[in-house]
Amino acid sequence: MTTTTSATESRFGPRQGQKPQGGHVSAPLTTQRSDPWQIGPLLTLLGFGSFVVYVTFRAFQGLDYYSAPYLSPFYSPLVYANPEYYSGSPTFHALLGNLPAEALTMWQQMIAWLPLALPLSPAFFILIFPASFRGTCYYYRKAYYRSVVGSPAGCTVCPIAQGTYQGETRLLLIQNLHRYAMYFAVAFIFILGYDGWLSLWMPVDAQGASWVAGGGDPATYQFGFGVGSVVMMLNVVFLGGYTFGCHSWRHMIGGRLNRFASSSGETGLSYAVWKMTSWLNERHMLFAWVSLFWVMFTDFYIWAVCNGWITDLNSWSQTAAIGQ
Amino acid sequence: MSERTFRIWRGNPQDGGDFVEYTIDVQTGMVVLDCIHEIQKQHAPDLACRWNCKAGKCGSCSMEINGKPALSCMTRMNTFEEGETITVQPLKTFPVIRDLTNDVSWNYQQNKRIRPFAPRPRDPDGEHRMMQEDVDRVQEFRKCIECFLCQDMCHILRDRETQQNFAGPRFMVRLASLDMHPLDTDDRIQEVRDESGSGLCNITRCCTEACPEHINITDNAIIPLKERVVDRFYDPLMWLMRKLKPGNSREKTTVE
Repeated sequence: MTTTTSATESRFGPRQGQKPQGGHVSAPLTTQRSDPWQIGPLLTLLGFGSFVVYVTFRAFQGLDYYSAPYLSPFYSPLVYANPEYYSGSPTFHALLGNLPAEALTMWQQMIAWLPLALPLSPAFFILIFPASFRGTCYYYRKAYYRSVVGSPAGCTVCPIAQGTYQGETRLLLIQNLHRYAMYFAVAFIFILGYDGWLSLWMPVDAQGASWVAGGGDPATYQFGFGVGSVVMMLNVVFLGGYTFGCHSWRHMIGGRLNRFASSSGETGLSYAVWKMTSWLNERHMLFAWVSLFWVMFTDFYIWAVCNGWITDLNSWSQTAAIGQ
Repeated sequence: MSERTFRIWRGNPQDGGDFVEYTIDVQTGMVVLDCIHEIQKQHAPDLACRWNCKAGKCGSCSMEINGKPALSCMTRMNTFEEGETITVQPLKTFPVIRDLTNDVSWNYQQNKRIRPFAPRPRDPDGEHRMMQEDVDRVQEFRKCIECFLCQDMCHILRDRETQQNFAGPRFMVRLASLDMHPLDTDDRIQEVRDESGSGLCNITRCCTEACPEHINITDNAIIPLKERVVDRFYDPLMWLMRKLKPGNSREKTTVE
């Protein structure tokens, strides 16, 4: 057994690379736990990995994201549309209308060296915001520090990296951008809520037929609802539960205060919202996973309706038109 | 009654040590600390073990049981599989004195580094008044029994070379209890970042998992402190607001 002598060692235990006291282990990924601690990080890695693969494919695909009146959350708000080039792009739904021909030409020149014809997907302009919010989220940080970088992979499991540990200082100070990502994420809840409202209004032409891509703006909208409307609204609920349970939101909305009550003992709106946020915050992990799965499912549902893989049951007495 | 086998680390830093196996009969309702006392009685009267209340309130009997930091007086024997050998070790993070006892005095040194409670002046009638809504949050932190399981579980203190730069979860809780206190007037945010090393915590939540008092260390103490550090040092909008409305930064966190 190594006898410790330095000042640091006398204050703490033995350091890495030295034989630990007390029969403890110190090699990477070793532990004396007897429970199956690996299951949690592996499931996290699987769930995360599946989502990243799916969302990357769908973003680069640039197709099948609108089936009237449903717009995929991966493409909302729709920045631009190009009905001639991409199927399922409603011009009337796009913030900037049709994509200018010059922009498309420029993009095609930029990617000419690629073996595949990569579409200029509107999702590229959107996904950076939810990705930055989830990527810097306090819950997801725990998840990927454990399951991706093993820092540590589990409690009392020795970390993989044995070098100098800097934590969230230096390079990882970037995690402090979470607050700004949160501001955008809150805006997205309202945008997706508006999409949920629009999912109740089927666009139709002057003859009352379903709107189709390339046919110009719809003449009017017919109120109704379908399974897709429920799916999209649940998406807003779950994403709202996740976003409004965010630690940064909880801090900004009231956690930064030390006194909620006035000298007369009355608490205001900040306290009420902080209490509600705290309830959601206690379930942050649950909402993080449910909303992650549901936003993926919402996109898949719309993709499936676009392709006719499933029929959307709705009150418009017709199947949702495929925006081709 | 059933027969159970324990692997207990025996030794000291000077002479080294190793695991020694003991087998005893275990009765219904026994906890690990009862078993250690039984081993002392039957096999090893010189086995060193620290304990006091046997009720999970003194924080003395912290040790590692099957690789997890736990209070031995609160770890029931019926939580283990039948026939499972139970490994008992001293805490990894702190120097071993002998057998299952550690020198945890480093924690007391950390505590002394934290500036004490600095209340605002009393009201004209000589009283300090706080509203229950304001006190609820910091009362959670008062449940801490200083068992130092969170300190042992924290990978920064347990496995990292930069550990001397981090005060550990226990003292982040203490700092939070002071910084969020409705009467406290001291500004501790610079101290939280620079002296206690809030940036080193990568919020893997092991400290929260270890806490026998179920204090939500990560969500209610460490992350709120990290957010207050962001307010002060990393958020340009907050910086601009302070410039536009200058004043004591402590007053910025309070409302009347």
